[in-house]
Amino acid sequence: MGVNPAMRSLLSAAAAMGVGLVVLALGLTLSGYDAIAALSAMAAGAFGSPDAIFSAVLPRAIPLILIGLGIGLAFRGGALNIGAEGQFYAGAIAATWVGLVVGGWTIGWGATWARLVTVPLVLLAAVIAGALWAAVPVILKLRFGVLEVISTLLLNFVGEALVSWMVQGPLQESKHIYPQSDLLPVAARLPQWPGTRLHLGLVLALLLAIALWAFGRWTLAGFALRATGANPVAAAVVGRINTRRVFGLALLGSGALAGLAGGAEVSGTTFALFQNLSPGYGFTGIAVALLAQLNPLATIGTGLLFAALEAGASAMQRDAGVPAIAVYVVEATIIIVVLLAEANRRRVALRAAGGEA
Amino acid sequence: MPSLLTLRNISKQYGSVVALRDVNFDLGAGEIHALLGENGAGKSTLMNVAFGLVRPDSGSIVIDGHQQQLRSPVEARRAGIGMVHQHFTSIPAFSVWENVALTAGWSISRPRVAEERVRALAQRIGFDLDPRSRAGDLSAGLKQRLEVLKAIAADARILLLDEPSSALSPADAEQFLSQLRSFKTMGIASVLITHKFSEALGIADTVTVLRRGEVVHNGPISTTNATELARHILGEVPPDRLRLAAAVPGDVRVRVESLTVLRQGSSGPGLRTATMLARAGEVVGIAAVEGNGQRELLRAIAGMAEAKSGRIDVATPVVLIPEDRTSEALIGDFSLAENLVLSQGGAAPWVRGPWIRWRQAHDRTAQLIESFGVRAAGSEMPARGLSGGNQQRMVIAAALERRPAVLVAENPTRGLDFKATAEIHDRLRAAAGAGVAVIVHLADLDELMSVADRIVVLAAGIATEMPTGASRDAIGRQMLTGGG
Amino acid sequence: MTESLLVAFLTAAVRVATPLLLAALGETISERGGVINLGIEGAMLAGALGAALGATAGGPWAGVLLAIAAGLTVAAVFAAIAVGAGADQIITGTAMTLASIGLTGAIYRSAYGPAGVGLTLPTLPVVPLPGLAAIPVLGPAFFQQSALTYIAFLLVPLLWWGLFRTPFGLALRACGESAEHARAAGVGVTQVRVIGVLIGGGLAGLAGASLVLAQVGTFAEKMTAGRGFIAIAIVVLGTWHPGRVLGAALFFGAAMALQFLFQSFLLGIPYQVFLLLPYLLTLLVLAGVVGKVKAPADLGR
Repeated sequence: MGVNPAMRSLLSAAAAMGVGLVVLALGLTLSGYDAIAALSAMAAGAFGSPDAIFSAVLPRAIPLILIGLGIGLAFRGGALNIGAEGQFYAGAIAATWVGLVVGGWTIGWGATWARLVTVPLVLLAAVIAGALWAAVPVILKLRFGVLEVISTLLLNFVGEALVSWMVQGPLQESKHIYPQSDLLPVAARLPQWPGTRLHLGLVLALLLAIALWAFGRWTLAGFALRATGANPVAAAVVGRINTRRVFGLALLGSGALAGLAGGAEVSGTTFALFQNLSPGYGFTGIAVALLAQLNPLATIGTGLLFAALEAGASAMQRDAGVPAIAVYVVEATIIIVVLLAEANRRRVALRAAGGEA
Repeated sequence: MPSLLTLRNISKQYGSVVALRDVNFDLGAGEIHALLGENGAGKSTLMNVAFGLVRPDSGSIVIDGHQQQLRSPVEARRAGIGMVHQHFTSIPAFSVWENVALTAGWSISRPRVAEERVRALAQRIGFDLDPRSRAGDLSAGLKQRLEVLKAIAADARILLLDEPSSALSPADAEQFLSQLRSFKTMGIASVLITHKFSEALGIADTVTVLRRGEVVHNGPISTTNATELARHILGEVPPDRLRLAAAVPGDVRVRVESLTVLRQGSSGPGLRTATMLARAGEVVGIAAVEGNGQRELLRAIAGMAEAKSGRIDVATPVVLIPEDRTSEALIGDFSLAENLVLSQGGAAPWVRGPWIRWRQAHDRTAQLIESFGVRAAGSEMPARGLSGGNQQRMVIAAALERRPAVLVAENPTRGLDFKATAEIHDRLRAAAGAGVAVIVHLADLDELMSVADRIVVLAAGIATEMPTGASRDAIGRQMLTGGG
Repeated sequence: MTESLLVAFLTAAVRVATPLLLAALGETISERGGVINLGIEGAMLAGALGAALGATAGGPWAGVLLAIAAGLTVAAVFAAIAVGAGADQIITGTAMTLASIGLTGAIYRSAYGPAGVGLTLPTLPVVPLPGLAAIPVLGPAFFQQSALTYIAFLLVPLLWWGLFRTPFGLALRACGESAEHARAAGVGVTQVRVIGVLIGGGLAGLAGASLVLAQVGTFAEKMTAGRGFIAIAIVVLGTWHPGRVLGAALFFGAAMALQFLFQSFLLGIPYQVFLLLPYLLTLLVLAGVVGKVKAPADLGR
């Protein structure tokens, strides 16, 4: 022991990342790629220039941190939300629609006022849409007993298909040529840091991370959430906690955060809705949350890490001809390393307890 | 009598605790051998050695004259040993015949044949088991018999029975034990692990008594008697455990009238009708065989189960000590302080508005660890790191910390050693002495009679209050026949 | 509806149902042993790529064999982590699917060059069953299919027999109901569960082969598009019984084939509605079914 817990979780995260990159290098070599070239293209794409950091990595970190926070919230409350991808899309659709509509109303209000009214409404719509998307699995679980794993998973595909319909139907751009929405008016856009693609969503994500951390650490409601996730029976019997309610609220909150991520992406980065808006943020978010051991503050760090990884992956595809989705191998390896470490820790703890009984 | 199973010079140590020291044990063919001792005396460890579940540090096992290395229950089974555990080990969703086929490794390509085989076997040993019943739906008594049937179907010639009567009503236990005796004619020898010497005297041929891991007595049952056995088991003459004077009753804290509660667990009729009172300052004992409605009654009083009909008035706060420490009473991964915070809820002094003041919670936990004699490294220690007895001390400390008007305890001494059990009894009596209305169910009737001021018997979901001064026999009879 | 359109619809339904059925039958075995494997989506994708590579190198049957091997490999890694080391099954399965998406993407591009190049693979021929294929309407739909469809149909009684009429099946089901009690009965729980997972993985690989070699005729990144997950829902709909799983898979095949039917009819309805339909139907049916059936009690633990 000796090392403090935050330091230890950082070290184990670095180790997991290292193992992930080694596995990627091996996989690439075996599939016939030049692994060295691929990894250096990746490093350059992630850290090579201020532009890489401020326009590629940081903007990507925003949805990853938000979704990671959401998945952490759900997992801590015992809800296995595998559906952040669908919730993200629900948020993105709602944000686009409200942005286009309200942005239209506020023309002529003056730039500042229009933005002060429109942007919050856009983000609020995204939050509500994400929560509503998550409400379906909540109802299915609490009323009908359908595992949230299966329902959230299936709703991802519904979300994707819905976006596909929207951008070729109701929300298609005015010329009806391209499968995407019109660009959002400036009033509906989150302010960007001049000269970069970094937007205000990062501040929002950081504040939410701190708030969620304080919630879990210092509030009774946050404690009820952790207790429900750790042992729902004891939480209900000894803690007299309404665990069904906690489960439902955790999943709704999780959906709201993923929806917010979708809204922030449209309002801050792409300014339009289109298919494949998310390069799998919902699944990467699982790795982000797990690597952070569901700790909201650590999620900031792991979100940045995965953003660097994915930004690097795009560079890798561009410069070394390796498909970007190969980074999924790194993400999967990291998840597995974290799981194995957890399983091992549990076994050691059980053995220690068994020896004394 | 030729020896079927011989355990020679068996020793086993866990850390610094000696579980078995140089133990010798002989089981003759066709014999029923009682293995007596208090909880923690080493009975179960010894039988686990014989069943390949525990590897001894030294000593040897001889079966039918051949020395054997039993590395697993599979090897023990192959050597003709069958074990009937205290807990149910059948697959609840499987039928009786499927459970038997699974254990015995039968072919099931023709289910009818397997079914008939089970029916014939059950008939031969006098068990009234329908091969097609779902194992999970069987009564406690039939579950016990299914465990035995499985062992015999797997060609066991040696049965190790771990406290087989603990979940049975007294009369059913008697019937079950007499069925054991009939196995002798089939050449099956049995080891009966028990802490009740009356059972041993009634049925066994030979008796071995263990105390603190050592054999303190061995010989034919005919040359001994209850007093002598009790002295061997406890090391001294047992105290008179009967309560003579009832407590002075205070105000009524629990009033239950014609209460009906639907089944909560997987078996039993639920609570069909119960009418009872509990007053401040008394301990009301609930006597019942597993699955006769006690869980439903206690949970309803504790506000954890809904009444289907009838009336129930309970003073608040009412606090429940649930039966399963590790899954219901504590969160193993949480620290002792977190577990205390969990149990105290929103009214605790460390809760201010939405916030928790952890420093205050840790300080209080440390005080409770001290005053309840919990052996723990500190308030930061995870609950799963504690021994069973220390976990239960912590659970009771947390329960009393809520200053309950009513304390409901479900079998709070389950699996605890003699010392911890006695301590839990004292805590319950002390709580009553301080004006709490205590309602407790204990699986062991003798234990219950030593703790309770009054006893309410539940049989088949129907409650009957026993008159003061009722004898153990009367209560036992009521547990089986009562209700109607 | 004309008869020829009905035949076309039913034929498409059976063809679309085949990979779902194969994957769902495999998952049934895995889940009966108590292991829920979300990695079968990945195993199916690996099987699809294996089928493409094998078919390119040595014809469709080589593709089938390589597909099974690929599915087994993914399942073996899953089994080592989730069963061997006891890690969370849901998360491990998700990770295996992610890893498969990444690896198949990389290998595909390395083997066939940059994406976008249309890949045409040798496919499995349609084998009309003599006699049966002549039955009106149903004949062409059910008995003019590729050999993999017939294999899938034959697996239904075979797996039923294995589950309910063999000691291994009994042991497997015991592991799914209670690992602890199965162990007490002398069952080697880990081995039995690993075998169950491997059967599931091999069949998921075969499902990938049927998708590539008997349905689509090409490979694309992420081409399974959630079919593995749908197979898991089919297992629930089929209440863990091979026969009912067959019914549920055909129901799904029909729901997915609807888009072919209605696209030619109802031009007003956007085709994405039909893409949504199977998933929404699953959720709807799950809500109706789940409360009334019992899953293996130890599933996921």
